[in-house]
Amino acid sequence: MAEVEETLKRIQTHKGVIGTMVVNAEGIPIRTTLDNSTTVQYAGLLHQLTMKARSTVRDIDPQNDLTFLRIRSKKHEIMVAPDKEYLLIVIQNPCE
Amino acid sequence: MIPDGSSFYGKDQKSVSVGRGTRKRDEDSGTEVAEGADEWAQSKATVRPPDQLELTDAELKEEFTRILTANNPHAPQNIVRYSFKEGTYKLIGFVDQLAVHFSQVGNLIPKDSDEGRRQRYRNNLVTGSEESAKLVISEAEVVEEEDEPKEAEAGSQTDVPAAEAAEKVAEELMTPKQPKERKLTNKFNFSERASQTFNNPLRDRECQMEPPPRTNFSATANQWEIYDAYVEELEKQEKTKEKEKAKTPVAKKMGKMAMRKMTSMESQSDDITKVTQAAKIVERMVNQNTYDDVAQDFKYYEDAADEYRDQEGTLLPLWKFQNDKAKRLAVTALCWNPKYNDLFAVGHGSYDFMKQSRGMLLLYSMKNPSFPEYIFSSESGIMCLDMHMDHPYLVVVGHYDGNVAIYNLKKPHSQPSFRSSAKSGKHTDPVWQVKWQKDDMDNNLNFFSVSSDGRIVSWTLVKSELVHTDVIKLKVEGSTTESLEGLQLYTVGCGTAFDFHKEIDYMFLVGTEEGKIYKCSKSYSSQFLDTYDAHNMAVDAVSWNPYHTKVFMSCSSDWTVKIWDHTIKTPMFIYDLNSAVGDVAWAPYSSTVFAAVTTNGKTHVFDLSINKYEAICNQPVVAKKKNKITHVQFNPIHPIIIVGDDRGHVTCLKLSPNLRKMPKEKKGQEVQKGPAVEIAKLDKLLNLVREVKTKI
Repeated sequence: MAEVEETLKRIQTHKGVIGTMVVNAEGIPIRTTLDNSTTVQYAGLLHQLTMKARSTVRDIDPQNDLTFLRIRSKKHEIMVAPDKEYLLIVIQNPCE
Repeated sequence: MIPDGSSFYGKDQKSVSVGRGTRKRDEDSGTEVAEGADEWAQSKATVRPPDQLELTDAELKEEFTRILTANNPHAPQNIVRYSFKEGTYKLIGFVDQLAVHFSQVGNLIPKDSDEGRRQRYRNNLVTGSEESAKLVISEAEVVEEEDEPKEAEAGSQTDVPAAEAAEKVAEELMTPKQPKERKLTNKFNFSERASQTFNNPLRDRECQMEPPPRTNFSATANQWEIYDAYVEELEKQEKTKEKEKAKTPVAKKMGKMAMRKMTSMESQSDDITKVTQAAKIVERMVNQNTYDDVAQDFKYYEDAADEYRDQEGTLLPLWKFQNDKAKRLAVTALCWNPKYNDLFAVGHGSYDFMKQSRGMLLLYSMKNPSFPEYIFSSESGIMCLDMHMDHPYLVVVGHYDGNVAIYNLKKPHSQPSFRSSAKSGKHTDPVWQVKWQKDDMDNNLNFFSVSSDGRIVSWTLVKSELVHTDVIKLKVEGSTTESLEGLQLYTVGCGTAFDFHKEIDYMFLVGTEEGKIYKCSKSYSSQFLDTYDAHNMAVDAVSWNPYHTKVFMSCSSDWTVKIWDHTIKTPMFIYDLNSAVGDVAWAPYSSTVFAAVTTNGKTHVFDLSINKYEAICNQPVVAKKKNKITHVQFNPIHPIIIVGDDRGHVTCLKLSPNLRKMPKEKKGQEVQKGPAVEIAKLDKLLNLVREVKTKI
């Protein structure tokens, strides 16, 4: 258990990372390092998007599954790693 | 009122006639004397109008005859008609004297006409029933009349019910008669009949209960959801099959207990542990972003300048791996994982005799340069390590205190799975090298270790215990002396490196601290097959050529790297590198390329096919000058090498194209790749050297 905590901590302190959050299967944030309103917004929107993406991938080939989702925008990059029950979202500024 | 006419006329006949005569005369005058005014007439005198004709009596007695005829006074008397026969107008004698005073069209129809018959028929129908009704009614009336005198008081009352009864009876009689008679379905004969019954009063009755609890349920049916359902079914079936096979109830109980424990553990853990996988992926993603350019370089960068540098190449630094915990420990061993090409193991310890502390085993993945995948720590410094070819999760490690241990990466323990101890025959001096061997005949895991105590030991993992067998003792030749009581004393050489032949299983080379290399066999424990006077100082590494079966290489702290043919006692090539050589390694892709690292922080890469005498790449790799490089390893697949130094850092470098040259394609000929080519390549070189030597 401590390992995961450590990993999350490392991710959070990594260069360029703005925030991390853990969202459960219903779109409710469990852990977050950002403020409440932002978290809720991110959680809701990304949850839907991930469901859609996963549905797309699996529709094409049911034996396939979504590993991760990367959304690169002008300002930063949002990375979503879906799990069976959880969603891990990390927002990073990949300073270039 | 009028008196009897006979008497009247009898009396006043004359007067009447006179009256008539007068009347005739007085037609114009118009005054009349009422005939009934007989009584008055006596009192009255006949009144004469003033302008009445005065006639004589004779004239008065004159009788005028008047004849009443039936002639129509209005009928014309002189109708003249034209007669065509005679062609003249003729007077018609007979004139129709009929005068119609009044005419009316009547509605009487003769009985025997169609219409008359029809009507009669209809009337019969109606009158038949009516007649019967009339009969009944008449009977009822008769009854009534009879009853009336009896029940005069209640007459009105009985009237109504009797009439009602009569009506009812009439109706009853009529209704049964109607179906007997043929019903005319003529729309003109339609008669509507309605009756209203007494309506019952309505009342609403309601009952309300508590509504059942409701939840919204929604689901989608996608192809993959169906697939998932099928997969689950399949798993369930397989599980049931397994359960059937394992029929022992004890096993089941154990299984159940384990399940319960698992579930309770899961519920206790804060559900964060389930994110491990995702967290790992995200960490790698984050790192990829940060080291994006490095990753791109690793994959795609090829130094273009190599085209202009004919016989030189460069090493491009990629990632640098370091860990806080291993900061003060030197890298003592490096090994790539045979299965996962991005995973490598780093052993940390210390070469310094005085400063011995703990050791660490770290496994890094190139995908995550910031943190190792696995961390193991030990009390004694790790001096060497090796990964099993077939079981890439088994890592064998040799310690400074002479112990060997096996770590199982699959298990989460930070402690080794198996460990040797003083009882089980550990070495008395640091273990300098360990190497996995093929499984022995009982399919037990097996590895060799070499140590400064002069023993080469074969360890076998028998039923989770390490059993050791001394394979050979490194006796220094010529040192066996006979002592008292016939015991043979001998000085033991210190083994520092060894390598097993790729193809000839039993043959292996051992390098010693004295600078000698012994060719040994696993089967002969007392004698060496061959001895080479290799170096002046301790042999740091020996390595067989991956392609050529005869060639091996050795390096030493005496600043030299030597390449040998094991059949010849003297080396083929000697290279002086100006500094103690820490490690040498052959490249996996070519038989003529190898790399050597020295303590002055430089890495040298040689390609014998390009330049037999000099390194084609000679590059300082580590930043600070006092940083000594201790080990080097080529990646089996990617064109990269990892270099470890004594500060605990591992640097990953990419080989430029010049360092990876393959034999040039000749036009028209197919490029032959594979060991044969490499062997041939090296052979050519060796032959050149040999020729030179023989000449000499």
